[in-house]
Amino acid sequence: MGYAATHPLRSGFLKGTPLLLALLAAACGEKSTSQKISIDGSSTVFPITEAVVEEYARQHPAARITVGISGTGGGFQKFCRREIDLTNASRPITDREGQDCQRQDIDYLPLTVAFDGLVVVVHPSNTWVKSLKVSELKKMWEPAAQHRILRWNQIRPEWPAAEIHLFGAGTASGTYDYFTQAIVGQRHASRGDYTASEDDNVLVQGVSTDPLALGFFGFAYYEANHAALRLVPIDDEQPGNGTGPVTPTVETVKNNTYAPLSRPLLLYVSSVAARRPEVQTFLHFYLVQAPHLAREVGYIPLPATEYRRQQTRFDEFVAQQR
Amino acid sequence: MKQRERLIEALLALSAGISVLTTGGIIVMLAVEAAHFFRQVPLGTFLTDTQWTPLFADKHFGILPLVAGTLLTTGVAIAVALPLGLIIAIYLNEYATVGFRNVIKPLLEVLAAVPTVVYGFFALTVVTPFLQRLIPSMAGFNALSAGSVMGIMILPLVSSLSEDALTAVPRALREASYALGATRLQTAMRVVVPAASSGITVSVILAISRAVGETMIVAIAAGQEPRLTANPLVPVETITTYIVQVSSGDVAYGTLEYDTIFAAGITLFILTLVLNNVGYWFRQKFREQYE
Repeated sequence: MGYAATHPLRSGFLKGTPLLLALLAAACGEKSTSQKISIDGSSTVFPITEAVVEEYARQHPAARITVGISGTGGGFQKFCRREIDLTNASRPITDREGQDCQRQDIDYLPLTVAFDGLVVVVHPSNTWVKSLKVSELKKMWEPAAQHRILRWNQIRPEWPAAEIHLFGAGTASGTYDYFTQAIVGQRHASRGDYTASEDDNVLVQGVSTDPLALGFFGFAYYEANHAALRLVPIDDEQPGNGTGPVTPTVETVKNNTYAPLSRPLLLYVSSVAARRPEVQTFLHFYLVQAPHLAREVGYIPLPATEYRRQQTRFDEFVAQQR
Repeated sequence: MKQRERLIEALLALSAGISVLTTGGIIVMLAVEAAHFFRQVPLGTFLTDTQWTPLFADKHFGILPLVAGTLLTTGVAIAVALPLGLIIAIYLNEYATVGFRNVIKPLLEVLAAVPTVVYGFFALTVVTPFLQRLIPSMAGFNALSAGSVMGIMILPLVSSLSEDALTAVPRALREASYALGATRLQTAMRVVVPAASSGITVSVILAISRAVGETMIVAIAAGQEPRLTANPLVPVETITTYIVQVSSGDVAYGTLEYDTIFAAGITLFILTLVLNNVGYWFRQKFREQYE
């Protein structure tokens, strides 16, 4: 689901656009077969792709681009069956899915378009939390914690015996799915006695005004309110992945040491599609627009140099297809 | 002529009927939907379980935390509105000159005209930071701030109804008191207020009923965490806030999770209905008849 639920501005009026674009193109009497680009896949990546498509359609009224949501796995299936040109993915392709593509004689290139990251934050006056292990976050948030884990010293004995006030995404948001999956290990499983809101601004307000608070939400909301919040470095206790607690920064999210609360958002291009000029134009446009549109829909953009590198990789990939 | 009379009568009956029908419709709708809920959750569990987590993995359907949140914010509101409202009423009735009173009364009514969403943001962005300077340990969302602002909101209700009750006390009682050498304060506190006590009580009951149903202020400033507590310094969730939260979210229609809002709604409805009727009954039973 990504952040669609928490971004009414984008998600609200974008839902109808594929149909609208198709109608628009049909109305113009466009000879469309050559201009049509079909995209499918992850709903997490959907908001940013959809935002790019919308911008693109404004500048290229002849383009017919459809964006579906069948999930990362469903997207790869269609992708390897040559049913679509590009697929959104919130994880890399698996070996098995890769073999499907090989069987169809399809080569592919993953482009990283942005990062999805969650931050864990406390009030700036909180002196005791220097970092948190994933196991501690789990102890705090799992369903078994409900009505039991109520004080800070239940997490670490040296912490104060004061109440802990938790703030987090509501059950309707994709942020909630992602957090529960990454921390508790099971989608949609968490305690219920915390301030749950689909509106991230409520969570920011709650944590920033409550000395005993701890909350989680999308990286973009931390950036906009960083003076009123303090980031908690997270230790996933897997030394291969950066030792000790890691603070979420653009750098640590990018090199995947800020785990498990970050993941790259990917767009896969097939070798067949890459030969088509309209796909090339669209992808160049995508990588140019991605930095500001990623931010707009609540994701972390890559550094500018990285987008240029993605461009180069794509150009090389296109050259190989000739 | 007779026909016109009858037509007008029918129109009048229809107008009265619409309000009755609407009330009836609401009750039926609440009861039907709540029946779905109570088929799956026993009433005993609903009334005694101390946790309310219908949207989460470990589901509990105890209304008590929501009722506690509602009563806590209401209690704070009454603690603000009752003394202030009564003092204002006594002052306006016994001390203020007619000219001053004619200026101040409409000004007080302005408080009732402020939209509740404005009160909500006032509580969150002005009152809470101010109170946090006095009580540093207070959370950003709390019952104290929301309740105090709600008290300001219901102040005109308490003061004007109480004032009406004070005005209704016959002049003869006051004059008798003065004749015995009582001061103005003694007359007000020992003669007039006791004589008007039933009217004052009714004003408070109506104010409570208003506060129990208030939504916007508590949704914005009191928090969204169902918590069974009497501590006004931490986030709580009221019945109304819960209903707002679920009806604006993504909960699928027809599920048990969705039906919880009707169970919460009917609880709220019964609460205010009982309060209003107690008020009515009180006025009938304890009205002091002079003359």
